[in-house]
Amino acid sequence: MEIALRQPGREGPAPGAAPLAVALDDVSISFAVKGRPVFKAVAPTSLHVGDGEFVAIVGPTGCGKSTLLNATAGLLKPAGGRVAIFGEPLAGLNAKAGYLFQQDALMPWKTALDNVAIALEIGGARRADTLAQGRDWLARVGLARFTDRYPHELSGGQRKRVALAQVLVRDPKILLMDEPFGPLDAQTRQIMGTLLLRLWAQDRKAVMFVTHDLEEAIALSDRVVIMSAGPEARIIGNFPIDLARPRDTADIRLDPRFHQLHREIWNQLKAEVAKTYGEEMA
Amino acid sequence: MKLHPAKLLLLQILVAVVALAIWQVGATVPIGGDYLLPEFFFSKPWDVLSRVVQLFVSGTIWKHLWITLTETVLAFVIGSAGGVVIGFWFARKPVVAAVFDPYVKMFNALPRVVLAPIFMLWLGLGIWSKVALGVTLVFFIVFFNVYQGVKEVSPVVLANARMMGMSERQLFRNVYWPSAMSWMFSSLHTAVGFALVGAVVGEYLGSSAGLGYLIHQAEGVFDVTGVFAGMFILAAFVLVIDWFVTRVERRLLVWRPQAASEEN
Repeated sequence: MEIALRQPGREGPAPGAAPLAVALDDVSISFAVKGRPVFKAVAPTSLHVGDGEFVAIVGPTGCGKSTLLNATAGLLKPAGGRVAIFGEPLAGLNAKAGYLFQQDALMPWKTALDNVAIALEIGGARRADTLAQGRDWLARVGLARFTDRYPHELSGGQRKRVALAQVLVRDPKILLMDEPFGPLDAQTRQIMGTLLLRLWAQDRKAVMFVTHDLEEAIALSDRVVIMSAGPEARIIGNFPIDLARPRDTADIRLDPRFHQLHREIWNQLKAEVAKTYGEEMA
Repeated sequence: MKLHPAKLLLLQILVAVVALAIWQVGATVPIGGDYLLPEFFFSKPWDVLSRVVQLFVSGTIWKHLWITLTETVLAFVIGSAGGVVIGFWFARKPVVAAVFDPYVKMFNALPRVVLAPIFMLWLGLGIWSKVALGVTLVFFIVFFNVYQGVKEVSPVVLANARMMGMSERQLFRNVYWPSAMSWMFSSLHTAVGFALVGAVVGEYLGSSAGLGYLIHQAEGVFDVTGVFAGMFILAAFVLVIDWFVTRVERRLLVWRPQAASEEN
């Protein structure tokens, strides 16, 4: 049973070829809160993400999806297990990864352009180059006219676009996204999803996309991974998404195959969602 | 309800006119043989005004204004610099902050005016004893704000900056420093105000020049007209400084949403 449960997460591309972009092996995560027993957020879990693969991680609220992402980013040290990035054990922060946060992470004291340019500047690039590339990326996310705006002068969706440009301008090999479009309204989410897919298609980075929105996960990814409700959350499902690319995240929802996949996955997720709320009500 | 700007100005002027009229009448028109506002204690608006004009025309006031301004600026600059450095140090080194915490609280609880005689003993009657008094006031305001500013940096902004690969020095320059400065600038009015209070109170308690000295001298010889003239000049002086600070603030905090809404 144990093996059967752990197996799903391991179905990345065939091993032996190029090293996996992300290899989490038996990674467990606990939090020590003073005066309370150690909280085991994530039970030993394995998840492999191939280079260029778009993996969506779906699970009920508070199941430890984000902690798994933070462990991959190096922001959080796992209690046990191994994290390897392109075959090399992760030590400290993951320099190969770009992280798109759920909350606003832009520096409010910098303009949109400076927020993007700074990502390159800290690597020692020349200011003129960083500004040129910053402008180029802001144009690619559709904000060419907003380079001089401060974050508070932009809408939530526009701020997300700046954040996306800020992450992508560094050209990370791995993209970690923690419910990045969560705070946005439904229409903006779809527009952002389509934008993300268009940018991703240009150079196919490995993506770990955490969301609680199953439809979003199916519309975007190559593979949907389902996590169980916490504590001691595990990966309990692994569904390859064989929808054709390029996709439009709005149109794809009308595809019959989309509905079929949605039904299959939802049947599994449903039980977990019920469990989360059942425990809260008890 | 919003008043038309011209109407508002008219009403504001009206308040001054009425107040001055009451003052003038109270000081010059006897009611039942008694003055409501005896000239000896309250002077007269016209006398005060002509004293103010006379102070400016004769040029004696400039020296005093200059001294008070110098003390204020020095107190502000030194106090702010100290507050920024110590604030950063404490915020980044929690152990240091914990060790010094009771002493910081103790000094801050102390009414600073009682330090004035000590400073006068140590630093003499010149400007430096006033600067020192102002510094003790400004320091704590800036210190607490910078400390808070560094502590309250959004963890997400910080994590994002780290993921970008910022070194400690780059974090300081791009994240901690701007955040601390935004907190400090938001207390700019208070800090400058306290620098001025330190200067004037210091002058009042013992000096040979400055606006506080001017008022104290007039008081010493029961020259109420002089006291009121000094007070009006001081109030005008504060308004000018405050206007200047507002300008500076707007320039420095363009990125803040409040700056836009405060504009009128």
